[in-house]
Amino acid sequence: MPTLKDIKRRINSIKSTAKITRAMKMISAVKLRRWQDRMFALRPYSDKISEVLQSLAQPSEELHPLLKVRPRRTVEVLVISSDKGLCGAFNSNVLRASRNLIESLRKEGFEVSVSVVGRKARDYFRRRGIQPRKVWTGLSGKVTFSGAQEIAQDVMESYINETFDELYLIYNEFRTVVSQKVVQKRLLPLAPPEQKEEGTMAEFLFEPSEEELFRRLLPKSVEILVYRALLESQASEEAARMTAMENATKNAEEMIDRLTLEFNKARQASITKELMDIVGGAEALKE
Amino acid sequence: MAESLRLEIVTPYGPVLQEEVDEVVAPGSEGEFGVLPGHVPFVTTLKIGILTYKKAGTARYVFVNSGYAEVKDDRILILADSAERAEDIDVERAKAAMKRAEERLKRQDSIDFARAQAALQRAVTRLEVVEKARRKAS
Repeated sequence: MPTLKDIKRRINSIKSTAKITRAMKMISAVKLRRWQDRMFALRPYSDKISEVLQSLAQPSEELHPLLKVRPRRTVEVLVISSDKGLCGAFNSNVLRASRNLIESLRKEGFEVSVSVVGRKARDYFRRRGIQPRKVWTGLSGKVTFSGAQEIAQDVMESYINETFDELYLIYNEFRTVVSQKVVQKRLLPLAPPEQKEEGTMAEFLFEPSEEELFRRLLPKSVEILVYRALLESQASEEAARMTAMENATKNAEEMIDRLTLEFNKARQASITKELMDIVGGAEALKE
Repeated sequence: MAESLRLEIVTPYGPVLQEEVDEVVAPGSEGEFGVLPGHVPFVTTLKIGILTYKKAGTARYVFVNSGYAEVKDDRILILADSAERAEDIDVERAKAAMKRAEERLKRQDSIDFARAQAALQRAVTRLEVVEKARRKAS
């Protein structure tokens, strides 16, 4: 039986843990809102860019190296994780999914290379003896468009240099505050933009040439896709952290309740024991 | 034919502007171009520059940092890497950026030369936008 002092000490320690988790939850809630705003802000831009791409002529594979489908030999998987932990199953979900993807690609006989965003994914693959081709850290919590551009530049160059022949992006997609889903998307070769049906196409004047425009717009759309994935992942991370911290706070409170009960019981027991002693002593004196 | 144009400016950081206007002059990469209602469908790339639009006789200025413009059905859509209206520009920041870029250019480490040059151009253009708007107001 732990002494009263022991129980008191435990209660206090759990109380201060609960205080921390509650604070973390509130911080995550604020950050989540900020990332959600950024996500919504990006939406019109990415919609409009695909609109402009659609209004350009029928794209052919020859028009741009990013559209060109090559026979698959090496497949790259770009995993987006976070730098920090304490966010529930956020990282383990995306890491498990990427390992499954890598294994099934290997089984099909492809060479697989991995590049990662976030410390968690880097450490995970290093522990498993997979040296990532490229690592980006320090983005977690400060996703910027220029950061996304840097990643996009690198993968586009590597694709054109034939470092790999196909690129999958794997990350947590933000559904709602309580649900994030791991999604994998083929990023390269780029799927040609869907064409609107004939007849609605206006005759456009192009400056510079149509091909040149197309050539400049395509990389932009890759940048946007990467940026969007980073934002989705970021919002998911904060949402997952918020939920995890809320659960932690709840558990701590339950534990405090239980320990308080135990504390009271122990106190009662000691009072009863003292009374018994006094009564016993009095009885002894009587005789 | 419609009497006015619909001007929309969007960036990855969110929409900047959505307005009915009478006339737009934008910095195309092949030269400035003006758009009036009834313009033919037109797509072009933009360079760093000043976009001017007129509404009820008064001109307004917007800083545009490269991107694309699409003109169709009396709607002009600007997709810019970034864009700011004259009143939203942070003058102090632009000045600081200009100084930084100038110093970097002086040092001549050619690696980031192009980048510094672009940064300088952005800063100078931002200040120009503010200056223009100010002159207009006084």
